[in-house]
Amino acid sequence: MRIAVLLKQVPDTDEVKLDEEKGTMIREGIGTVINPLDLQAIEAGRQFIEQEGGTLSVFSMGPPQTEESLREAIAMGAHTATLITDRKFGGADTWATARVLSEVLKRNGPYDLILAGEKATDGETGQVGPEVAAMLGIPFSTYVSEIDKKNDGVIVKRTVEDGYETQFLPFPCLLTVLNNLNQPEMPTLSGKIRGHAAKLETVTASDLPIPEGELGLTGSPTRVSKVFYPKIQRKCEMYALSDIRKGIQRIVRELKNRAIL
Amino acid sequence: MEKENRTIPRIMVIGEVRRNTVLPVTFELAGKASELAAKIGGAVDVLLFYDRLDEPVEPIFQAGADRLLFVEDSRLGLFNQEIAVKIGLEALRLYPAQIVLAGATTSGRTVLPAMAALLHTGLTADCTGLDIEPETGLLLQTRPAIGGNVMATIKTPSHRPQMATVRPKTFPKPAPVLRSGLTERLELPEDCFSSRIVPLSYEKVSEDYTNIQDLDVVVTGGKGLKKPENFALLEKAAHLIGGGVGATRPTVEAKWVSYPHQIGLSGKVVSPKFYLAAGVSGAVQHLAGMQTAEFIVAINKDPEAGIFKIADIGLCGDLFEILPELIAALEKEREGGE
Repeated sequence: MRIAVLLKQVPDTDEVKLDEEKGTMIREGIGTVINPLDLQAIEAGRQFIEQEGGTLSVFSMGPPQTEESLREAIAMGAHTATLITDRKFGGADTWATARVLSEVLKRNGPYDLILAGEKATDGETGQVGPEVAAMLGIPFSTYVSEIDKKNDGVIVKRTVEDGYETQFLPFPCLLTVLNNLNQPEMPTLSGKIRGHAAKLETVTASDLPIPEGELGLTGSPTRVSKVFYPKIQRKCEMYALSDIRKGIQRIVRELKNRAIL
Repeated sequence: MEKENRTIPRIMVIGEVRRNTVLPVTFELAGKASELAAKIGGAVDVLLFYDRLDEPVEPIFQAGADRLLFVEDSRLGLFNQEIAVKIGLEALRLYPAQIVLAGATTSGRTVLPAMAALLHTGLTADCTGLDIEPETGLLLQTRPAIGGNVMATIKTPSHRPQMATVRPKTFPKPAPVLRSGLTERLELPEDCFSSRIVPLSYEKVSEDYTNIQDLDVVVTGGKGLKKPENFALLEKAAHLIGGGVGATRPTVEAKWVSYPHQIGLSGKVVSPKFYLAAGVSGAVQHLAGMQTAEFIVAINKDPEAGIFKIADIGLCGDLFEILPELIAALEKEREGGE
């Protein structure tokens, strides 16, 4: 089997600030990690290969330092890693990101199974996975919390608002996964050594048959027109220290007024 | 072949029918779409596809739709994203729209990205605000941005349609207006119903699980609770006031609480009459999921916590002292009242 995992390097904190002028993220001084849901995807891919044999390839688009995350993925069990990096990719929205990823997957593929986290903790759009699948013209599923191989495809369980849906998808297909899929293991020492020594493939814009006008910010259908801090909406009555009891009585009164208590 | 000219800009709401009923987010979006349509001199189409609908369609017009486009087919019982994408694309081919909106549900967030990819257009996820830019008539799509304490307004200047998903309960359910509209059944080519995906089953979550979105009272805990066991305190408080328990993303990621309880941008949006947040710092993502609650109480030891900025009452102190005291006060009230 040939499995591809799409991963994203994200800030390891929720406290990222924006440059209000430029509308871009201030990255200085912030550590990075592999997007947690992508770790689930790597682990799911690793387990598949362990049972079925084959190769596990990881891909990530981002600045050159994304290399660290790719090495970590190799330490976790991936066989090959591809860094997709070029200044021309900068500022890509989900469409322009998916455009590049789908071309790289076509170039290096075909893959039986493509896995990715349901969404990244920074952008939280969850759009790139389905967009890549649509551009590749393959079936896909999302919010996957269980995967079982069945004949020439997979049976997946999707976690939806009020329950679970079960679907069969034939290979090739793409799945975006949730955090309850499995328990990713920490890389072993030998894994870390493998990751450190691995030779990564690098793909740049000139390796891909995409017109310049479809790359990066230029090729992004969406534009950030404004960033702002949300305005304070309510006046908070604060109670502290010896006033706490007063505050509790105030809450009880409010609950009664609202016919809740 | 297009079925009409493009003189009037149209907004298409891709509605959602689940278990034979129209999801509330469809009405919320029809209402918002009709506000937007008024600003661009446009009209609102609502698209529904289902195997069976057990309710009248008039409320869809009363919420703001000018026209209902529907597909009724026995093969639409279980959700199939591949078929949903084909239907959406075919509907847009027949009835072109300037703006396409859908609920940011597990279905909408699955179907719309694939549609946007194939239409070569932009899509903004989880909008908390939609408006029209007066000078350009463009859709302004506002959502919390990059993990931080900011909001971003996004436009799709030159690609069409402009597409956005919106979390359920972000916009109020519109007060019904007495009006009617056109209903058109879409007859789609057979290919729209062919799929490589085979939906096998749907299983409702067992246990006596209630969707926290449907409750009047929600009591939410964050990392400030320190240990998963301490959620028992919240459950006790919630039980006393007939509420459900909510949780922040970090507590769900730490597996203290299951995902259906998660409130915020990547969880559920709730709009209860009474919301209590204990040990919740108030990240923008969380606020996006609860700021429309009617009354908000926050308990936090940090006087600077963001949650206080949107609370009506703030109790600043140790929640392990305050919560038991609150529970005792609620118990006393209940005994006295009965």
